[in-house]
Amino acid sequence: MYLQTLLIALIEIRRNAMRSFLTILGIIIGVAAVIIMSTIGGGATAKVTADIAKLGSNMLSIRPGQMRGPGGASAEAKPLEMADIEAIERDVKNLEAVAPTSSKGMTIVYGNINWSTSVIGTTNKYLDVRDWEILMGRAFTDSELRTGKMACIIGETVRKELFGGQDPVGENVRLGRQSCKVVGILKSKGQSSFGTDQDDTVLIPLQAFQRRISGNRDIARIYLSVNEGASTETAREDISALLRERRRIGPKEGDDFSVFDMKEVSDTMAGTTEVLTTLLSAVAAVSLLVGGIGIMNIMLVSVTERTREIGVRLAIGAREREVLLQFLVEAVVLSTLGGIMGILFGVSSSFGLTKIFRIPYVLDPFMIVVAFIFSTAIGVLFGFFPARKAARLNPIDALRHE
Amino acid sequence: MTLQDTQGINRKADAPLVEFQNVTKVYGKGLAEMKALRGVNLSVNRGEFLAVMGSSGSGKSTCMNILGCLDAPTEGGYLFQGIPVGGLSRDQRALLRRHYLGFIFQGYNLLGRTSAIENVELPLLYRRTPAAMRHTMAMEALKVVGLEGFETHTPSELSGGQQQRVAIARAIVTRPLLLLADEPTGNLDTDRSREIMELLTGFNRDLGITIIMVTHEPDMASYAGRIVHFRDGLVDSDNGKGGTA
Repeated sequence: MYLQTLLIALIEIRRNAMRSFLTILGIIIGVAAVIIMSTIGGGATAKVTADIAKLGSNMLSIRPGQMRGPGGASAEAKPLEMADIEAIERDVKNLEAVAPTSSKGMTIVYGNINWSTSVIGTTNKYLDVRDWEILMGRAFTDSELRTGKMACIIGETVRKELFGGQDPVGENVRLGRQSCKVVGILKSKGQSSFGTDQDDTVLIPLQAFQRRISGNRDIARIYLSVNEGASTETAREDISALLRERRRIGPKEGDDFSVFDMKEVSDTMAGTTEVLTTLLSAVAAVSLLVGGIGIMNIMLVSVTERTREIGVRLAIGAREREVLLQFLVEAVVLSTLGGIMGILFGVSSSFGLTKIFRIPYVLDPFMIVVAFIFSTAIGVLFGFFPARKAARLNPIDALRHE
Repeated sequence: MTLQDTQGINRKADAPLVEFQNVTKVYGKGLAEMKALRGVNLSVNRGEFLAVMGSSGSGKSTCMNILGCLDAPTEGGYLFQGIPVGGLSRDQRALLRRHYLGFIFQGYNLLGRTSAIENVELPLLYRRTPAAMRHTMAMEALKVVGLEGFETHTPSELSGGQQQRVAIARAIVTRPLLLLADEPTGNLDTDRSREIMELLTGFNRDLGITIIMVTHEPDMASYAGRIVHFRDGLVDSDNGKGGTA
């Protein structure tokens, strides 16, 4: 009985190629949409998390003044100085590296090519704090750092713009009126999660920056990284206490400096992507629903025709359970086929999309299972229940069905 | 023909093929109650070609539905080869139809978008006839109704007369004991109707298939050996020798 029914069901699927295709299409769209949305949502989350890790989630930064909106350090705050760094290195526990920085937007010139970039005066510690590797060449030498010699390490974007395919190490570039020898190239970090190009930068020794570019001994920003496993919160509190003491801030006065914890930023970012993922899931759920309604429509529209067909089958001598089994098999075969095609389509196109968006490919098997079960359940439900109703009719009534 | 699927049903070889014993059929309840049959007695023997006539509402369609085991009488007995059909389950009646009955409908009722041969093979599928044999039998049936060469045509590619012939091929492919035709020529012109009637007469004469046909055209009824008139849910006249039981 089962083999015969399977045969009849397969004949029916082939006979109604168009209707079968439309049913399948609804399921394909539903399943594929969920997979694509969840993959992109998951990929974006993974990307943001990875970016934050790249930025250093164990990183703190200190700048003078209170932050009022982005980049709005108050002018009257006393700048940071080298002595602050020495004090922090001496007194605050669990610090991995402390790097002073000062920066300025400048034009870098090589031959007849100009490029506007951000020049950062710092020490080799900056590379440790930012977890940045030298791709070619070397870091600064002690003598370069001590004497304030004009040596620079350039980011990937700057290298590409100025040198193209040429090897830049050992070449001389000009920063303002200063000539500067390229000693190293940074490994590409790509865009930060804030959308800025981290590779568009030039590093020079802090001494050189202070003497030849800024003309003062101020430090604009200190970057620190805490040891693996140590609390950034504790480090932050220790630093605040130390700086308040050093800057002679009374107990009732507010800080005239700011300490940023990248962990807080990363938490905020993670929260944002969570919202994004929720949003995408909602869109996916709607797609699934729309796909489901598509399946429903096709199935319901064909009920009239199928009711007469059921009447014919019953009159010819099909038993109720044979008719039911046929329709059940049809619905299951179609829905499963659609589900599998939807998975294939969803997985392959989301793979392509993640490549285009340059986000990691994170497949969520749970979502695939949910989408598959939901779509096939709708297919089976709406393929089977109208048929069951028809199969229970008197054959004469089914034949007369208009 | 075996009875393997209809266990517990013992047919009597000497009984009339079908027998109505004071059959009544009531539709609806209470005020809406409608008596379609009011105590019909009728028996048809093997090999007869019976035409059932009567105006609409005379009960002839109800009678056909009961004869076809598609419907059960409200009261009275319907014996098919001596088997009381009233006592059978829905499934047992389906098996009875599968093994002994063939149907021809006024509206053809072919499966759309399905080739003629697949339509004809349908009853064989339910009989679990092996594929090769199914094909041979269906081809043979199509040949008998004169549709050789039209095997792969779908109903929409066939004329009304051709569609009805496919339906007839589907009804006789199983060599049924009893062929029930409900106004088989109702939608056809006179020439096509004649051809169909010739076919039916041929099956009755050459294959010994018992035929009960509903019609309201005296021309068509004249092909039958016996004519039964229905009026108001009762047999009004019957020219057959089998007569009232």
